[in-house]
Amino acid sequence: MNRFLVPLGLFVLLAVVLGIGIRHAPEKGIIASPLLGKPAPEFALPALADPTRTVRSQELRGRWYLLNVWGTWCAECRAEHAMLLRVKQAGLVPLIGLDWKDDEQQAQAWLSQLGNPYETVIVDRSGRAAIDWGVYGAPETFLVSPAGVVVYKHVGALTEDTWAREILPRVQGNKS
Amino acid sequence: MPRRAWVVAGATVLVALRALALDTSVLPDPALQARYVALTHELRCMQCQNESIADSPVDLAADLRQQVREQLLAGKSDEEIRSWMAARYGEFILFRPRYSWRNAWLWGAPAALLVLGALISWRVVRQRTALLAEDQEPLEEDSAS
Repeated sequence: MNRFLVPLGLFVLLAVVLGIGIRHAPEKGIIASPLLGKPAPEFALPALADPTRTVRSQELRGRWYLLNVWGTWCAECRAEHAMLLRVKQAGLVPLIGLDWKDDEQQAQAWLSQLGNPYETVIVDRSGRAAIDWGVYGAPETFLVSPAGVVVYKHVGALTEDTWAREILPRVQGNKS
Repeated sequence: MPRRAWVVAGATVLVALRALALDTSVLPDPALQARYVALTHELRCMQCQNESIADSPVDLAADLRQQVREQLLAGKSDEEIRSWMAARYGEFILFRPRYSWRNAWLWGAPAALLVLGALISWRVVRQRTALLAEDQEPLEEDSAS
């Protein structure tokens, strides 16, 4: 009897450790952002609509906004576009577009063709701002609070589900 | 003549391979270059995840290599560059995880297991030795007769 107790104990311990590992496994290789709960990275980037105008992160303080990273080279962004237009229509939180390593003319054409869901689009030609935000693949969407804190990050095309479950409750103050 | 042709062909291939290399950047100082090579090999490409930024052909890896290059030239230390990367992409970007209280149990587990194993084998040996001693004791019937 006693002979089996130790191996059994070890087995249970191992099962618990592996169980925790499986539970905490990142879903489909999605990496948690170290930015969550931290102040949004600062930037000063030209606006797509008017390259002479510089948009600064400080201007966005005081209200909720969604920063959506996209590019015309990104197929998933095209798939996401209809959802972004619905977000705009809901009128609850403004979308700020970060046009990542893109051709500005193609970006303009994309928006006039598919519709423009963004309040402002800023251009990150070199990809430096995207690195500050820890972006590793478009599309990515960050929810930033009025205090300028990143409260949520979504990797991949924005979905109705994420909108209803993660974004809306936070903007309406029902979830932190 | 054919021999010379071979040499020329070989050299051409070598030059072409050099052009195909992902990362042809050379920093002015050999010491900096060595640190650049080491750092880019221990930072993960976040898009491909099992490749280092030194080995990955994607755009983002090139951008991150550029960051490493500029920060080295600006006089940043290796640790400062690692922290800079981890602040943006998380510890996951470091192929070599850093010591911290959160992962202390992971680093300590092998030592703990070794101690546990030593204790168990010590107990087993002691029990067996006791059995052996018992075996060699004369049986009661023997002494009675």
